[in-house]
Amino acid sequence: MTRLTRRTVLSGAATLLAAPAIAGGKYSPGASDTEIKIGQTMPYSGNASAYGANGRAHAAYFRMINEQGGINGRKINFISLDDGYSPPKTVELARQLVERDQVLFLFAPLGTQCNTAIQKYMNQKKVPQLFVATGASKWGDPAHFPWTMGWQPDYRTEGMIYAKHIKQTVKNPKIAILRQNDDMGNDYVGGFREQIAAFKDTIGADAIVIEATYEVTDPTVDSQILQLKNSGANVFYNVTTPKFAAQAIKKAAEIGWKPAQYLVNVSASVGAVLRPAGLENAQGIITAQYIKDVTDPHWADAADFKEWKAWMDKYNSTANPSESANVTGYAVAFTVAQVLKRCGDDLTRENVMRQAASMHDLEVPMLLPGIKLNTSATDFYPIESVRLSHVEGEHWTLFGDLVSRDAA
Amino acid sequence: MEFFLQQFAAGLTSGAIYACVALGLVMIYVSTDHINFAQGEMAMFATYLAWAMIDAGLPYWVAFGLTVLVAFAGGFAIQRVILKPLERAPVLALVVSFIALLSIFNAVAGMIWSYTIKQFPSPFPSRDLFGNGLVSVQQLGVVGVTLVMLGLLTAFFRFTTLGLAMRAAAQNADSARLMGVRVSWMLALGWGLAAAIGAIAGMLVAPIVFLDPNMMTGILVYGFAGALVGGIGNPMGAVAGGFIVGVLENLVGSYVIGNELKLTFALIIVIGVLLLKPAGLFGRVIVKRV
Repeated sequence: MTRLTRRTVLSGAATLLAAPAIAGGKYSPGASDTEIKIGQTMPYSGNASAYGANGRAHAAYFRMINEQGGINGRKINFISLDDGYSPPKTVELARQLVERDQVLFLFAPLGTQCNTAIQKYMNQKKVPQLFVATGASKWGDPAHFPWTMGWQPDYRTEGMIYAKHIKQTVKNPKIAILRQNDDMGNDYVGGFREQIAAFKDTIGADAIVIEATYEVTDPTVDSQILQLKNSGANVFYNVTTPKFAAQAIKKAAEIGWKPAQYLVNVSASVGAVLRPAGLENAQGIITAQYIKDVTDPHWADAADFKEWKAWMDKYNSTANPSESANVTGYAVAFTVAQVLKRCGDDLTRENVMRQAASMHDLEVPMLLPGIKLNTSATDFYPIESVRLSHVEGEHWTLFGDLVSRDAA
Repeated sequence: MEFFLQQFAAGLTSGAIYACVALGLVMIYVSTDHINFAQGEMAMFATYLAWAMIDAGLPYWVAFGLTVLVAFAGGFAIQRVILKPLERAPVLALVVSFIALLSIFNAVAGMIWSYTIKQFPSPFPSRDLFGNGLVSVQQLGVVGVTLVMLGLLTAFFRFTTLGLAMRAAAQNADSARLMGVRVSWMLALGWGLAAAIGAIAGMLVAPIVFLDPNMMTGILVYGFAGALVGGIGNPMGAVAGGFIVGVLENLVGSYVIGNELKLTFALIIVIGVLLLKPAGLFGRVIVKRV
């Protein structure tokens, strides 16, 4: 119980007078006339600390927003905490952010397992878990988890798109799959298999001739690549994380196996995968992309690239410019800023979710031309289209049109 | 048949990697009577030093030699600075320090060189030996270097006074001290040698698995398996154990249990050996009088 005294009334009145026109907004915890408090968990240490670049990019973006006067006059107070990629730690930090720091919502917490660990809690507490930084397919389930939303194209959809392309371009495909034995691998291969099964009339019921798995603790995937080659496959669907992707591409070339290769987007990095594997071994490999490859001089004159570059130089200058996390981090931070802008003075958690779930053809900088964000009360998958590209020389070169799950 | 031979050859290559790591583990065990959990990370760190030198323009073999020297000095210094004060501490305190070293090396390497994988040059061409994709010169090189290291180490421990003194210092510090062996310095020497072996192992492994701060994490487990299978007190046994684990893992993985259970299989071998022949396949049973 707060007792109303003359002093509180007076100070309240003073605040009202001092605040500009935005006063009188509707607020959930974490939002006020002057501030929007946003929480995040991120692996800044431990095995996955490479992903920490995302959180640093977000912080850099919000620094820029704040310097430019904030969003609708409110400064962003961004609290990004290190969970070391360990789900129990994520749970502890999410509780701390929601209950002690009283953030308005969690923005882009990273990791499939980490987000899974807090999903029930966030939905119970009715605190948005917005634009989670993982490509698992389970984040677009508003019927059961109305407070959780993904952002990037999900792995299942991506897998389906490769299956479609194989059907269109490879005659009598015999497909070999190398899969990391975890959630990501399951998602990628699940969508792929589903789509291949749907094509059984045109490409046969057993187009997938072999699937070999590896564990992240395996020193190499040499043995698996030998198994795949031995199956006589002419298509190689490479569902791996960067180190293993590089090993697989290199080994396949060494033993003279030359199938049509599809490499999942999580490993589609020129610097971290193709160069180490040897660019001469990587020619022609196909992947699906949704953000601009900043190492590609093709984009140098694009307006959004120039803006991004200026932001990198001014606010994120310590980051490695060729790392794609700086691009995705920038684009997702832009998206959340748009959502908050549209919330206006109604900064309740309900309204944040409502605005996030009503994006219509939102154009986000650094996404590939033509890709727009669309969501609705039943569609919690913001980015649903990608473009295929293949390795040509030292870069990815886009080809074909925009493809999405339903079209194509 | 070709597939079998290829898997066998691939197994030998990974076996050589495990053997290198196992050798470092044995080295520390023989000279200090402890198992160093940070062995893999020390090797990784040394490999990064080599990478940095090569990146700065030094020729491969100069960088190689310098790295081995620096690693030796580094291992020596670690024993002097960090472990010497713990010489009389209970074994758990040591285990904790080893694990601390492990995460320190890992995190510092990540901080300095980032977690993006790096290409590491190999002194051997990746050319095929017979033109049938079976064995590359690179694979043969790794096996060869491992065997040479093994030979040198065995000779050192068996035929030199210093080697004898080191073994004595590890196995019975008090008696060794009474015989005039400077036990503490022997331990430091053991650490130096183990770090140097680790550095060589790291530089051999890196061209195959690519250089990143977590390069050795998975390998270390298999290295342990190899060392335990062969006998952790016996360099020759450890190398043989490394090869056995590498080949068996590949063959059993391809033909019998599938790839998912490869690591499990390695650990089952370890348990089996410890149950049936605790000193390892090639180890001697040491009876201590109490």
